[in-house]
Amino acid sequence: MNIQQNTVSENNFEQCIKCTICTVYCPVAAVNPDFPGPKQAGPDGERLRLKQPDFFDSALKYCLNCKRCEVACPSNVRIGDIIQSARIKYGPKKNTSLRNYVLANTDLVGSLSTPFAPVVNTAVSLKPVRYMMDKVLSIDHRRVFPKYAHGTFTSWYKKHAAAEQAAFPKQVAFFHGCYVNYNHPQLGKDMIRIMNALGYGVQLLDKEKCCGVPLISNGLYQQALKQAKVNLKSIRRAVNERGLDIITTSSTCTFTLRDEYPHVLSLGNDDVRERIELATRYIYRLLQEGKASLKFKDTTPLRVAYHTPCHMEKMGWAYYSIELLRMIPGVEVIVLDSQCCGIAGTYGFKKENYPTSQAIGEPLFRQIEASGADLVVTDCETCKWQIEMSTSKSCEHPLSILASRLA
Amino acid sequence: MKFDTVIIGGGLAGMACGIRLAEAGRRCAIVSQGQSALHFSSGSFDLLSRLPDGTAVEDPIRGMAELAPVAPEHPYVRIGVERCGDYALQVPEMLRKAGIPVVGDCRKNHYRITPMGKAKATWLTMDAYLRAEEPGRLPFQKVCIVNVEGFLDFYPEFIAEEFRAYGVTSRFGSVNFPDLEKIRQNPSEMRSANIARVFDHERNLEALAVRIREVAADSEAVILPAILGIDRNDAFETLRKKVDMPLYLLPTLPPSIPGIKAQQALQARFRALGGEYFLGDSVLSADLENDRVKRVYTANHGDMPFEADSFVLATGSFFSKGLLASPDRIVEPVFDVDTLFTPDRSEWYTLHFFDKQNYQAFGVVTDASLRLFKEGRLIENLYGAGAGLAGFYPVQEGCGAGVSLLSAFYVADTILNSK
Repeated sequence: MNIQQNTVSENNFEQCIKCTICTVYCPVAAVNPDFPGPKQAGPDGERLRLKQPDFFDSALKYCLNCKRCEVACPSNVRIGDIIQSARIKYGPKKNTSLRNYVLANTDLVGSLSTPFAPVVNTAVSLKPVRYMMDKVLSIDHRRVFPKYAHGTFTSWYKKHAAAEQAAFPKQVAFFHGCYVNYNHPQLGKDMIRIMNALGYGVQLLDKEKCCGVPLISNGLYQQALKQAKVNLKSIRRAVNERGLDIITTSSTCTFTLRDEYPHVLSLGNDDVRERIELATRYIYRLLQEGKASLKFKDTTPLRVAYHTPCHMEKMGWAYYSIELLRMIPGVEVIVLDSQCCGIAGTYGFKKENYPTSQAIGEPLFRQIEASGADLVVTDCETCKWQIEMSTSKSCEHPLSILASRLA
Repeated sequence: MKFDTVIIGGGLAGMACGIRLAEAGRRCAIVSQGQSALHFSSGSFDLLSRLPDGTAVEDPIRGMAELAPVAPEHPYVRIGVERCGDYALQVPEMLRKAGIPVVGDCRKNHYRITPMGKAKATWLTMDAYLRAEEPGRLPFQKVCIVNVEGFLDFYPEFIAEEFRAYGVTSRFGSVNFPDLEKIRQNPSEMRSANIARVFDHERNLEALAVRIREVAADSEAVILPAILGIDRNDAFETLRKKVDMPLYLLPTLPPSIPGIKAQQALQARFRALGGEYFLGDSVLSADLENDRVKRVYTANHGDMPFEADSFVLATGSFFSKGLLASPDRIVEPVFDVDTLFTPDRSEWYTLHFFDKQNYQAFGVVTDASLRLFKEGRLIENLYGAGAGLAGFYPVQEGCGAGVSLLSAFYVADTILNSK
């Protein structure tokens, strides 16, 4: 009998030796003393909560879910997962805040906004509107809103791309996520252009919902679970019936589909997890194995600074995006220190978090300004908003840089 | 992913090896399962403080020459005393280039002071930390030991008591500010790193200087726990200028600020030389062909392996899970290479905690080049470095950091000379 195997607790919780290394690397604990840090909020608090659920501490809401504690932990304790699971298990059951509902429901808000994008974009950039949102919704007036696209990616795809994509002999499926669909369809188009140049056609999933990350962080767990089930069903059909791999452009969507579903929502995905990956990794693999190649036209010198989003750091996949950038003729890559930008999805939009959010990002903003880079590159859309709002540089996805220089 | 060398383990040994290879132009990757044991560092690096029989060592290199007959498996014996001497001269330069200024001499140990006030023989000590040429010869007669109120990992009374034995009188001073009150909301989190963040702010550093001058009175020097400069490097120097009197740091219980700074500095140096550092990942399996490691697979990278010409195992000892104790044997979990241990489990340890424990000298079996074996067969391109090696007692002999650094240099040179 293997006693150890029979006593392993969820999230490797009993492996914690109280070394406090996680707290050293927690971006929130560094700037906000109201957050007791991942050791206290995670394994230490869990011991108490297991004894008596009343020990649940509302300060757990300050956790960004960046998972940098897990990356730092020498004992493989899933500290971030312990905190998120505790919020689900012991936290308030009803999320009544309208603000959180609006921020979390990216599909709903996106679908309502894209048909009237010019009006919505102008409105949320107006000072009086922002002050009103601040007062009524507690969405900080200093926060710059991402722009909505006039028309979604999926409607464009169905009208203009579907037939052409079907003609390619090799195919891959694309989980576009809310950002590509409602805010920045051009990124989806850029990815299709690259995949086509590599000889692949791009398909959509039968049905795609927001991956659920904003729902999880805003306490709307039942809805997150429902959407996750829809996504997994579509992903399984694509993998099993259509024989397709699933590629993505957002590091957080990817991380959620692969790891948050089983760890936080307790939704098994073992059968398809390895078939879901970031497009940069997929492309890196094709090029590395010599199965395809890319030709470049524009070789104008360009100096880019790569920012590693937190969930990219957790997956360990920044390497692929950075290596792809390095392959582009004329592009010089500076790798910024891997640190949280502070926005953490919807976190930084909230009035009560705004100062923390900006304080966390401060060292990154300083490094970006000092880098001498022409622009910043990253795989996360919310990092992009934060960097563009808080520095003088614009911020692009690695695939947009790559696509813009293709022959 | 293709590299010249893949190093498994990102602590002192792994990084020293990676830096030396990268300095020679090799493309290296380090895969590290979380942050390393450097976060528990004392701010000093030991080379050899005692012989296996407990005799104190004054000259570490001369001490090494006495190891061969009594500790034939000792990594220093494997590497060779002459080579150890050369490497020991090169280590301070490597550390300085990474931005870790150290003082010390490999031909003469000096003494560091622990958070409990004990003097321990050591080789290199980081600048700003209190050191003594002889155990009782401190650079002051009257000292003021300053601590932050509620800080749990530093013990002024114990230190003062040790100092009293050397004829040094100590007075105490305590520090408290509103910003410190804020972190005291969570009393269990009054740890060095959280406190250091408070003093990274100029206004708090200024207030600390004012407070130190108030409490120091007629003291000749001031001692502070290592709670300065986690995000800025100039905190100590800035404070020293403001205080304008001799100021020394002492290490604290973990997490160790000097260790964190050393880890970050070495990692930055490795990256600046073109190295790739994969943090938070674990090697799960390896492909071996014709007695060579071809590639390793990790948790994060799944079916995308790390391929390399050579591999270095620098995963540490039991503490870092580089070695595991099963009921009947000592297991190296990454490659399951052969390990050295006594077959009778009752001989692994004694019930007296502070005694020499046999398990501490267990580790991986190596050849003269520190290459590893599996089922008795040599793996030609797999090397071992650091705490996971067999044949030494890091605590009793005071040689942990030295073994890590010197074995790392030796393995790097062997790899560089092998093609």
